Amino acid sequence: MESKFIILIVIVLGIVAISQLARVYELAAKLKGKKEEDISDSDNRMNARMMFAFMILFFGTVIYFYTEYGRGLLPEAASVHGVEQDWLMNLNIFIITTVFFLTNFLLFFFASKYYKRKGSKAYFFPHDNKLELIWTVIPSIVLAVIIILGLKNWNEVTGAPSEDAEKVELYSKQFSWTARYSGEDNVLGDFNYKLVNDDINNPLGVVTRVTMETQIEALKAKIVDEKAKLNSDSLVFADDIEYKMHKKVERLSRVVRRLEEELASYNDSLDIPALDDKIVRGDLHLKVNQEYEFQFRAEDVIHSAYFPHFRAQMNTVPGMKTRFKFTPTITTKEMREKLQDENFNYVLLCNKICGASHSNMYMLVQVDDEATYDAWIAEQPTFKSTVIDELNK
Amino acid sequence: MGATVSHDDHGHHHEEGFISKYIFSMDHKMIAKQFLVTGMMMGVLGMMLSIFFRIQLGWPGEESTVLNMFLGDDWAPNGILDRNMYLGLVTIHGTLMVFFVLTAGLSGTFSNLLIPLQLGARDMASGFLNMLSYWMFFISTCLMTISLFVESGPAMAGWTVYPPLSALEEAVPGSGLGMTLWLMSMAIFIASSLLGSLNYIVTVLNLRTKGMKMTRMPLTIWAFFVTAILGVLSFPVLLSAALLLLMDRTMGTNFYLSDIIVGGEMMDYTGGSPLLFEHLFWFLGHPEVYIVLLPALGITSEIIATNSRKPIFGYRAMIGSILAIGFLSFIVWGHHMFLTGMNPFLGGVFVFTTLLIAIPSAVKVFNYLTTIWKGNIVYTPGMLFSIGLVSTFITGGVTGIILADSALDITVHDTYFVVAHFHVVMGLSAIFGMFAGVYHWFPKMYGRMMNTKMGYFHFWTTLISGYGVFFPMHFVGIAGAPRRYYDYSVYDLFDKAQYEMILDLNVLISIFAILGAFAQGVFIFNFFYSIWFGQKAVQNPWKSNTLEWTTPVEHVHGNWPGPRPEVHRWPYDYSKPGAEEDFIPQIVPLAEGEEDH
Repeated sequence: MESKFIILIVIVLGIVAISQLARVYELAAKLKGKKEEDISDSDNRMNARMMFAFMILFFGTVIYFYTEYGRGLLPEAASVHGVEQDWLMNLNIFIITTVFFLTNFLLFFFASKYYKRKGSKAYFFPHDNKLELIWTVIPSIVLAVIIILGLKNWNEVTGAPSEDAEKVELYSKQFSWTARYSGEDNVLGDFNYKLVNDDINNPLGVVTRVTMETQIEALKAKIVDEKAKLNSDSLVFADDIEYKMHKKVERLSRVVRRLEEELASYNDSLDIPALDDKIVRGDLHLKVNQEYEFQFRAEDVIHSAYFPHFRAQMNTVPGMKTRFKFTPTITTKEMREKLQDENFNYVLLCNKICGASHSNMYMLVQVDDEATYDAWIAEQPTFKSTVIDELNK
Repeated sequence: MGATVSHDDHGHHHEEGFISKYIFSMDHKMIAKQFLVTGMMMGVLGMMLSIFFRIQLGWPGEESTVLNMFLGDDWAPNGILDRNMYLGLVTIHGTLMVFFVLTAGLSGTFSNLLIPLQLGARDMASGFLNMLSYWMFFISTCLMTISLFVESGPAMAGWTVYPPLSALEEAVPGSGLGMTLWLMSMAIFIASSLLGSLNYIVTVLNLRTKGMKMTRMPLTIWAFFVTAILGVLSFPVLLSAALLLLMDRTMGTNFYLSDIIVGGEMMDYTGGSPLLFEHLFWFLGHPEVYIVLLPALGITSEIIATNSRKPIFGYRAMIGSILAIGFLSFIVWGHHMFLTGMNPFLGGVFVFTTLLIAIPSAVKVFNYLTTIWKGNIVYTPGMLFSIGLVSTFITGGVTGIILADSALDITVHDTYFVVAHFHVVMGLSAIFGMFAGVYHWFPKMYGRMMNTKMGYFHFWTTLISGYGVFFPMHFVGIAGAPRRYYDYSVYDLFDKAQYEMILDLNVLISIFAILGAFAQGVFIFNFFYSIWFGQKAVQNPWKSNTLEWTTPVEHVHGNWPGPRPEVHRWPYDYSKPGAEEDFIPQIVPLAEGEEDH
């Protein structure tokens, strides 16, 4: 408290002191007959020179940053499209850096050269159609190139994946990622958010007859439980809590009703693609030179699946599926050697504000050679073994 | 409304009480000053919030007495910023700066001050609506400020408030009462903005003085005019987006919500789409960028011409580019949404329209350069800030080319590269425009001069610290560092070299941010000191051509004590060959044989 008081006093005294200095300055200026609006030649010269000095300082710093940090120390692209994208990025950076230096140079150079001094006059030059045409046409041509190259790349990146692309689902929720591999059939089982249930190892809401039946029972039990609490004589709730509990019962009842309808028209053949799916919570493993088609989902709020090293990113949105495809080209081991960093890892980061631990929502990515990958994936249990068989026991 | 609208040629001179003169004033000059001071206060608040989170980013995990002093034990226990409050600070900083400082503070101040004065009107078309516009703005600033003191914290979903994060208080505590206040504040703000904009449009179209053809209007007015049109067409869309969000939050609708489990609770929303909100938000959000930027560019055009003692180069091309930017700004919003799951083909269309904007922007830059070429530059503080604006407009503008290119956006979307880009092109440029305007028109507003030497100090420290803060951010961003991260400790797990770079640059950025904040103290001191103690102004201190400098230094209601001035020429006859002085005010009739521009 005392320190705050002292800080306050210092600030107030500081302001008073500066005011007095300013007052002295004003009075001195008045005595000399100098007015604020009359900018003296020496002030003009000083500012003009500052403009030049600033330009040197600014350009020097920019060049230093370019050489010191370059592409921000981001390692080379580790995916097929990433290499092309980097080429395009470098081209664009070259173009904009040229424009940046050129126009800023003209600005600061003119600003330092054409300042008002004794006897100087301005050149009356209101317009010139030829000049204006030049600087409309030249940017247009450059932009046309940028647009064409950019769209070509964009269409390739977002185009349909090839037929041997392996399908993997990435599921996001506050604040973790879960992966689901499509197994041998390369088809992901259907999903339904209403089936998400960690107790039976179904965190992604994969649809099968058994998971539906189990979930309906589980939700019904929850409703009964909640109702019991509401009707209990020994428990008393605050009004707002009781209201929320009523709402919850209504809500869950609606969910159950919808699930029952869905179950009634369920066809057991839909179980099949789900059975060999593999849910993975640890690191995401990818096979080098294998194209992947990722399907993204979100459980609660919008997240974004950002793989900086593969130059890939896509938002994950509750209520819809989003997609992105890429082919990793450099294994983790190779990249570690290239960077001479034993601890380097590829990573999947969350890149859309999603709550308190947004900055800790990540999944490490391992790009393996074929043998290592095959060994690893064989070890992962299938949905059938972790969920269906357990439930049928 | 009767007391203000004066189409007749007699000024009003009646005594006013304190309340009607200083508080519920219907005089556009007083309302402009009210907007300015309120906007400055919001600016100080927004800047303080940014310093708080810069302390966290620069020195993560270190105990800071400053944070503890301002945020208390709840939000900064032991001087370490709370994770949720970090998001709250980021959100409110963005909201205050974009809407309250750079929209209302900038446009509200200078549109109000200059539209009647530079057009030779006695006041705005409706003084009453104008007053209402300010007071609604004031109420919305109060609500937004109050939301900082709510127990569950202010809105925490980022200034773009994407649902479901902003719709569900289970997702983040700020989405409780804080978010409700945010939405209420914004709804009132939008109403205020609409009242203001309508007034500006009507005034420009109807109340120009004799001889003030549209092609003789100063570029400031053109910029304010187009800005007002953008506001009228886009803000209502944000209002509907906000109302639907409010309904999702309070009335059980689900326009934006579908298939959600949050905080362990299974919701029963189906069929809503968060993308709908994103479309509605950015339909305003992108024109908003130009609502912020165009007035600053207009102000700069005027100040650069005046202080280069040269006509603005390519007056008609400048008007054309303002109109082109205004039109294009409505068909580019999708470039904020390349990676949201929007159809990639649609993304391609938005790439094309977005990159088109670079053309009129380039025209403006080259025209500014040609204006100062062979000029006779007088370095007033206003001129310095205008040149600073051109520099930041270039530097921030060129990085937009990378972000507008969807293929390249994949890597830098939502990283610090974006933060750097829009802070340079929109933050720095617009605030430089605002500073330039304040220094230039201070004599008109307060009848006194601001201290030039302090202005010089303010400019050079602000320019250096501004670039010092935002230039290194490009490198943090192109390294792939996501924005809105509380800290970057996760990098320790996968790339130590990058982690170190980010830590180093973040310290540098934070130091410049703190220096920059102190530099603004000089401006604020200069501003308030000069209101009361500054040197008394003369009628036309900058030897300018426009009509506002033909009014007396002491404000009179109705602006001109006698009849309204008549305009005979465009406003940019500086250093015209054959003239005695290096400026010819607009009220001077064309000499025999003299050609209009």
